[in-house]
Amino acid sequence: MSEVRRVVVQDCPGGPLLIRGADEVVGGDGTVGKVERPVVALCRCGRSERQPWCDASHRARRRRKKD
Amino acid sequence: MRALEPDDRRPRAVPEARAFGDVDEPLRDRDFQLALWILYELHYRGFDGVDPHAEWDPLLLVSRAGLERTMEHALRELVASAGTADPVEKTGDNPADDVVLALTRMTVADGPSTVSGFLQRRATRTEFCQYLGERAIYHLRESDPQSFVLPRIDGPAKVALAELQYDEYGGGRPERLHATMFARALESLDMPTDLASYLPDVSGETLASVNVMSLFALNRRLHGAAMGHLAAFEATSSLPCGRIARGARRLKLPESVLDYYDEHVEADAVHEQLAIRSICGNLVAADPGLADDVLFGAATCLEVDGMAGEALMRRWLDERERRPEPAKRSRAAG
Repeated sequence: MSEVRRVVVQDCPGGPLLIRGADEVVGGDGTVGKVERPVVALCRCGRSERQPWCDASHRARRRRKKD
Repeated sequence: MRALEPDDRRPRAVPEARAFGDVDEPLRDRDFQLALWILYELHYRGFDGVDPHAEWDPLLLVSRAGLERTMEHALRELVASAGTADPVEKTGDNPADDVVLALTRMTVADGPSTVSGFLQRRATRTEFCQYLGERAIYHLRESDPQSFVLPRIDGPAKVALAELQYDEYGGGRPERLHATMFARALESLDMPTDLASYLPDVSGETLASVNVMSLFALNRRLHGAAMGHLAAFEATSSLPCGRIARGARRLKLPESVLDYYDEHVEADAVHEQLAIRSICGNLVAADPGLADDVLFGAATCLEVDGMAGEALMRRWLDERERRPEPAKRSRAAG
């Protein structure tokens, strides 16, 4: 009997969600991201340029609107 | 790896005998760092024509220990004077949470790092290749030092380090081994893929940035520092790699170069969380006494990598100063 594979979501406060065991992540616009690594990080701040994946943009200093 | 050849461009192939303590700035001294690098290499791949027993030759080990003492002393002085690793601020009863918070704060990007910003916007193709050559001594061996730490830790921290290393080592796909991806990038630019080709030109500071990983990984008492270093390294990688990838697109470099840096934007965004929370957090939860070592390692990474970046920027700006015209032309052409 095969065990049901577990998908685990880990909360990283101030950062992304880490997901283990998923095959696909469907983005807000419906595009399907294939999971190709053992753990993936999902953007939560909305600033990543590689949605749905985290690109560490949550760490970058926010641009001030002065220009 | 292939044996090193004497450097004919210098008056002496072997520098004058120098005592270990007789080095003013060990972290910038190329002879010092190259000597240490060669001794470490005996533990990784060794050299063609060099007796493999040299790895455990007592005289060489004594020499290595002497150089390491000088190196560690210099690192501790550097970190103390920079004030990067203040003692862990106690915010509650949980030392692991304190360390996770401290590591996150230390590594918050406060603007584009000079080198990646330069590569993104200004570097010529030649300068971009110089960058790859300078980084080759690490990336051709990417993640190998940290593997020495696996048998020295236990529990959730060990599981997390194994998970991170599995990803670095291709996640079951040899063609995605990060060191192999970097070699492919070099190949696509007709650059050599053997590490020995890059040693003659690499700066003392860059050698130091690689040696510090071996120092921490090969000395069991410093395994906390090794993991703190890893956390800072991963946490300061995604954003610069994104900028470097944009630079590679601007210069229309081959796909394998883009592939390497794109891979690192996503991979290191994951690794940053694994290293800070799952490795360092769990390490300190199991042994709160490691907190200061972890932060020392992280601070060392930030300071030494910063020094190596500054050395490279100086080299580029000096070369442009000497040849302002070609640089201007290629900018206009780019």
